Formats: sequence, C-alpha cells, structure tokens
Amino acid sequence: MQAMIPGPFRLQFEDVEFTVGSGRKLLTGISLDIRQGEMLVLLGRSGSGKTTMLKLVNRLLEPTSGQVLVSGQSTLNWDPIRLRRQIGYVIQDVGLFPHFNVERNVGLVPSLESWPQDRIAARVRELLALVGLPPEVFARRYPHELSGGQRQRVGVARALAADPPVLLLDEPFGALDPITRSEIQREFRALHQRLGKTMIFVTHDIREAFLLATRIGLMQEGRLVAVVEPQEFLKLDHAEARAFAGCLQ
Amino acid sequence: MNILQFMWSDRSEILQLTVEHIFLVVVAISIAIAVGVPLGILMTRQPRLGKPILAFANIIQTVPSLALFGFLIPVPYIGGIGTRTAVIALLLYSLLPIVRNTYTGILGVDAAVREAALGMGMTGAQILWQVEIPLSLGVIFAGIRVATVIAVGVATIAAAIGAGGLGMFIFRGTSMLDYRVILAGAIPAAFIALAADFGLSATEKYFMREKRS
Repeated sequence: MQAMIPGPFRLQFEDVEFTVGSGRKLLTGISLDIRQGEMLVLLGRSGSGKTTMLKLVNRLLEPTSGQVLVSGQSTLNWDPIRLRRQIGYVIQDVGLFPHFNVERNVGLVPSLESWPQDRIAARVRELLALVGLPPEVFARRYPHELSGGQRQRVGVARALAADPPVLLLDEPFGALDPITRSEIQREFRALHQRLGKTMIFVTHDIREAFLLATRIGLMQEGRLVAVVEPQEFLKLDHAEARAFAGCLQ
Repeated sequence: MNILQFMWSDRSEILQLTVEHIFLVVVAISIAIAVGVPLGILMTRQPRLGKPILAFANIIQTVPSLALFGFLIPVPYIGGIGTRTAVIALLLYSLLPIVRNTYTGILGVDAAVREAALGMGMTGAQILWQVEIPLSLGVIFAGIRVATVIAVGVATIAAAIGAGGLGMFIFRGTSMLDYRVILAGAIPAAFIALAADFGLSATEKYFMREKRS
C-alpha cells in the first residue's frame, strides 16, 4: 500500500472501462496521461461519463477493466482513505456539513489527519483569505448563512486544506448565477496559475472550458473523443466538437 | 367525595404505582433505544435487512396491546406473569418508532454531504459519528418521544399481567364501575406522558443547540 504521493504527481488512465451492474457501459477505452500542474477540462454532455472519470481517480468507483494509476500505482493498490485525503474533491452541490461552521468545514481533512489545533487554525485562515473570504468575517458562520458563491469558495478552500497535489472538480460553478460564476471562474483561473496544482475540471459549458483549460478532453457516450489544447479545439473535425463549438456563437 | 379528595386519600398507593409505572417505561425505552438505534443504523448499511425488520416491527405494532401481553405469558424464558414480561411487551411496542426514525433520519442525510464526506477520505465510522448521527439526531429524538408517549399509555395494560403500574387503578375502577378509581390511574398516567414529552423535547433542544441547518 502506498502511504504518500511521492515526488512529481502523475495520473494515468490505461484502457479503462467502467460498466455498471446492469451491464451498461459508462466508459469505454479511456487512455489518458495527465501532466503535473495542468488544468484538464473534461467537456461533454450530461451522461457522457465525465463524473465517472473523476470518481475513478479517488476510487469512489473502481474500473471494470484497465487501470487508473496515481503516481504509478493502480488505485486498487492504494488504501482508499489515504488516497482520498490527498486528492481534493469539489462537487456542484458543495456538500458542506450543515452542522459545522466554515472553520470546521475547511479544517476537516487536517483534523482527520490529526494536525495540531493551532496549525489547523492557521491553515484555515490562510485558505479563506486565498479564496477571497476574510476569515474574521466568515470563519464562524454556518453554511446556511452563506450565499451560493461563498459556499462554493468554502468548498474549494476545503478541498485545498491538506495541500493535495491534485484537485477534482465536478461542475463546481454550475449552480451559480452568471455574474458570480464568471467572477469566481476568473479568480479560480488565477488561483490555479498561482498554486500550480494538477486539476481535472468537469463541465458541460464550453466557455468555461476555454477560459480555464490548459487542455480540453472531449467526451461523448463514455468515450474520450479528443484531448487537445484549447486553440486546437475549434479545428477538430468531429461532430460533437462542432456541436460544442456551435454554442460559442 | 370528589376526585381530588379521593386521590389525596389514596396518595401513597398512587405514588407507589406511579413509580412502578415510570420504572416499566424507563427500562423498556432504554432497552428499545439500545436495540432500536443500532438496528436502524444497521438497516441503512444492509438494505436487504431493512424491509424485513421494518415489516416485523410494523406487525408487532398492529397486534392489539392487550393481546400482545397475553401472547407473551406462555413464551418460555421471556414470558410468565410480572414485570419482565411487561417490559418485553413495552420494548416490542417502542421499537418501531425508534427503528423507523433512525433509519429514515440517516437515509435522509443530504447525498451531497455524504459524497463529500466519502470523497474527503472519512472512514465509515467517521461518517456515521461525525456526519450521519449528528444530522439525523432530531428525527431520531422525535421517534424516541413518540415511543415514550405510547409506552406510557400501553404500560397501563401491564397491570393485567400482574406487573403493577397505574393500570391497577384503571382495571379496578372498571370492574367497580367507579370513575374516581379509573381517574386516579388515568390522570397520573397522562401527567407522566406530558412530562416525558416535555423533558425529552428539552433534552433534544439542549443537544441540538449547536446544530444549524
């Protein structure tokens, strides 16, 4: 069993297939090498398998065949708890704990990892400031006292808490109003450039993909149709790529 | 002699039967919580067990209470005449609201919260103790309150199988056709139910004071 993610972070999908119990294939023939520090945006319609890709990385799901390698080790060889604590995870519904205040929500993984109290407190303040929420105002608030955008910022801070080398983001800004959304997208892009963490970002919004991505992975019906840099995307000769490109007009 | 004078003159017996009554309920509810809450949690972990257990608890609930006490008398080890049989009957009656509320309370925890907890690397036990139980405590408590109030009422029937309690007055009054004797049992029983409901709701507020949603 691996204990810590060593050295440079690497994430690979090797001919991964994922089938649900009823025999329906959600993912077929996925091979992908994710580079350290990149922001890979998985773009696709609902049901194209984007979320399943993320859940294979933190072993919320296990591949039916093929393997997902985190730092060279199949996820199946990782202790799932240890693996997940080193992978930040942000979902659309955020999933903040309603009975924890912001400080305890953000400090959750460090406290599971038994960091000393003062170190957790310092880390929480640092992160809240990083995501644009002054700690003296927000640390003691409860999730129901926050707006949607503030909740999502807390969600990002929580995912970053234990300084994981990789972040998985599942349509994190999907439920926000357009103005908040575009603000938080720009800030998030700056945050990515500053932190240099590897990120896999799932969306069905091609504008968001263009704004954030260092590479775009286009998904359709459980297949990874293309993985290209944003400027190449519009040149793709594929019906699904053209359909998405059509949304830009 | 009006009812209050009557109750005053019988105060020592009323007090003794009230104590017996409370004892029956407290013992039965304590065991019902100790069994019912873990059972409800187990049902959320083993969905296949859920339906049969709920069905069993539902069936018990539909058996008329007097009949349930009667049925238990001939059962070896747990049956017979007296307190033990009464406690077991009350326990069986109290189980359904507690099991059902624990089960629905835990299943009612927001799926996004559970997914986030799992995705951040909480173990099953950590999710249970730090997330699921705190977030379903209100629903579980509601089940305990319902079970307790029902048990106070059903415990009056315990007198029929010789377990004492305030039912003694009620059965005696019924056979004597004396409403004062019936009320001497019924009034304190009603007060116990009200006090238990009030006490449990205060306890619930105390536990929930930090929880916001």
